[in-house]
Amino acid sequence: MLRSFSRTEAWLLLLAAVVGFGVLPALNTFVSPDSFFHVSTFSLSIWGKYLCYAVLALGVNLLWGYTGLLSLGQCLFFSLGGYCLGMYLMLMIGNLGQYKADIPDFMVFLEFPKRFPETGGLPPHWIPFRNFWFAAAAVIWVPALVALSFGYLAFRSRIKGVYFSILSQALTYAASLMFFRNDFTFGGNNGLTDFKFILGYDLNSPSTKRALFICAVALLLGVYMFCRWLTSTKFGLIQRAIRDSENRVLFSGYATAQFKLFVFVLAAVICALGGALFVPLVGIINPSEMAPDKSLEAVVWCAVGGRGALVGPVLGAIGVNSLKSYATHAFAEQWPYILGALFVFVTLFMPKGIVGLPEQWRTFRRGKKTKPEDAPTSTPSTAAKPAAE
Amino acid sequence: MKKSFRSLLTAAAGLAIAWGVHAAETVKVGVLHSLSGTMAISETSLKDVLLFTFDEINKAGGVNGKMIEPVVVDPASNWPLFAEKAEQLLVKDKVAVVFGCWTSVSRKSVLPVFERLNGLLFYPVQYEGEELSKNIFYTAEAVNQQALPAVDYMLAEGKTKFYLLGSDYVYPRTTNKILKQYLKLKGIPDSDIVEIYTPFGHTDYQTIVADIKKFSAGGKATVISTLNGDTNVPFFKEFANAGLTSENCPVVSFSISEDEFRGLPAKELAGHLGCWTYFMSLKNPENSKFVSDFLGWVKAPVLTGVDYKVTGVDSKGRVTCSPMNLSRLGVYLWAQAATKAGSFDVDKVREALIGQKFKGPGGEVTMQPNHHLINNVYIGETLPTGQFKVIKSFTGVKGEPFSEKFLTAK
Repeated sequence: MLRSFSRTEAWLLLLAAVVGFGVLPALNTFVSPDSFFHVSTFSLSIWGKYLCYAVLALGVNLLWGYTGLLSLGQCLFFSLGGYCLGMYLMLMIGNLGQYKADIPDFMVFLEFPKRFPETGGLPPHWIPFRNFWFAAAAVIWVPALVALSFGYLAFRSRIKGVYFSILSQALTYAASLMFFRNDFTFGGNNGLTDFKFILGYDLNSPSTKRALFICAVALLLGVYMFCRWLTSTKFGLIQRAIRDSENRVLFSGYATAQFKLFVFVLAAVICALGGALFVPLVGIINPSEMAPDKSLEAVVWCAVGGRGALVGPVLGAIGVNSLKSYATHAFAEQWPYILGALFVFVTLFMPKGIVGLPEQWRTFRRGKKTKPEDAPTSTPSTAAKPAAE
Repeated sequence: MKKSFRSLLTAAAGLAIAWGVHAAETVKVGVLHSLSGTMAISETSLKDVLLFTFDEINKAGGVNGKMIEPVVVDPASNWPLFAEKAEQLLVKDKVAVVFGCWTSVSRKSVLPVFERLNGLLFYPVQYEGEELSKNIFYTAEAVNQQALPAVDYMLAEGKTKFYLLGSDYVYPRTTNKILKQYLKLKGIPDSDIVEIYTPFGHTDYQTIVADIKKFSAGGKATVISTLNGDTNVPFFKEFANAGLTSENCPVVSFSISEDEFRGLPAKELAGHLGCWTYFMSLKNPENSKFVSDFLGWVKAPVLTGVDYKVTGVDSKGRVTCSPMNLSRLGVYLWAQAATKAGSFDVDKVREALIGQKFKGPGGEVTMQPNHHLINNVYIGETLPTGQFKVIKSFTGVKGEPFSEKFLTAK
């Protein structure tokens, strides 16, 4: 596995780990809040959020950049992961809600005790989510199952290209409409919120937030290394072959549908892991996270960062979201124009995104066009950026 | 780039002033309304009226000798972003108070942030209640300040059958649940109450309207609508097509105010009813001053006393409405309380807020210990111009968030 990393990349990953696991949490804990070097808990939690988005972007990129499947519905899996953990967090509120009841608030005012009298108002499928490990397992198998059944039908019928994109978008939209309904027992439009505890730790305390940030760093690094390993194996080679010419792969005797199905399920699980960590970090999950525009945003991050290289989506997700955080505050009224202009600029002038810039620059300097390369195997640029900033 | 350079300069200048003489001190307040995304159409008006109100107060000398300096952010109709922006306002900008939120889900998203950091939020839009945070003041109409008076009025008009129609959100669900209990107390049998929800973005109202037509056959029925925004257009079109009118089956809507009529065809709704704690058409000196000052201000929006450039204010076809009035009341109540407390400290202001009175465009309001207002309630008939003609008023209705309390009290 180690052989799949170049020397520079390995050093940068190590640097990212040191910054993410050590430096930032230490600056948060030990440096006094008045100091210039202090990292506030607020900064840690929004950076944790960006890192979760980066995991989502890695999931999108594994499909789009490496397999040529443009899924416009990856936020469905992100949200499903979020809901699975959210259900556990919801049950951990206990009787500290507005109604001081043993079941979550929304179940009280929707009169669930009348609907599910035998369980005291808790819908039966909620019960196992009292156990953290059940919820954590559900974060993986629920989205995997959804992806498996959708992917099986789609790939078996050889649905490709733009049709696959449209179908995936329809799927997430349908799911968001379903979750919007209060009768669906997942909190309707308001979703799940006002969490208090995770594994007995107070979610509002700075130390829990710090721990969640460290988890986000670990998740991103783990998923990144896994993707790097996977794409450098023979499997990754077939993946890219499918992207570049699926028919040739098919006629060479490979069952492309099964390869695609595997990648699709894998990407769904990656997105779901990001979503599950996102929920305790931001404190809310609701159906609007499944709305098609959220999935489109994730695709935009990949495009801005540069698809086809692993570090691209990470840079894109973190860059676009931190810009958004900054601009919605500094230029509250003009920010959609700023971001919109950026996207147009990237599409027109930077077809390979941020990671493609060095190559574009070299081409420009040589003053002649080089033939388009295969997906860059590794870009020794800024793999460590996410956690280092 | 140029702008950020300028803001850097102003920041430097600000620092220089702060170190020098204590001239033109300011107090920062947060404005947390979506300026983009699906809610922008409603929330931008609230941002406008807040800036207008800050201008009014600054012109009169500010609060505790300090000028109000707004920090406007855009949570972009994105609920997790609401929580992030709220925390940013409280932690980074250290604002004394935040005015904001429209949807219940945005309020639910920021509530833990305000409680954790002991911030202060004023919430101005009619809502479902069943919530009470020590960090939030609800100038909004509670269910018993909107739905119950409307039903009382309909009962007095001799209506005995109620069709409760709403979008599938928490607010309609809760309102209708309370209405059902209330109607039962008033002796309406279950068979004469229908409760229907349509999903988000629903447009096909044929079946529902056919159902209403059957239900309203005797002329004794009324529709209580908590349909959201856009879905009202297909509903009222279908309603009129089926030959139903405000004469044979009036509709009372709780979610349509004057500001919504800027985007909805008012003609389709003429004759039907609305119920709020304020209408633009109210005749009293406070309201005529509010309306004319605001309409004048939007043409040349400025903010007196601080270096803040007001942008993005639409000057065409502007109106005032209840959420706007309640937003403005919130600012005045906060300013009065801060003056009484002689401080901007959240705990002191919270204490001073209880019992604050303000004579506003909708009549005098009082902040109760339960963080809700005592306010007047009006029922109005929709005119083709998008205004309401007041046909009934209730004075001094005490806002109560928990339905158990007002249902048992009756």
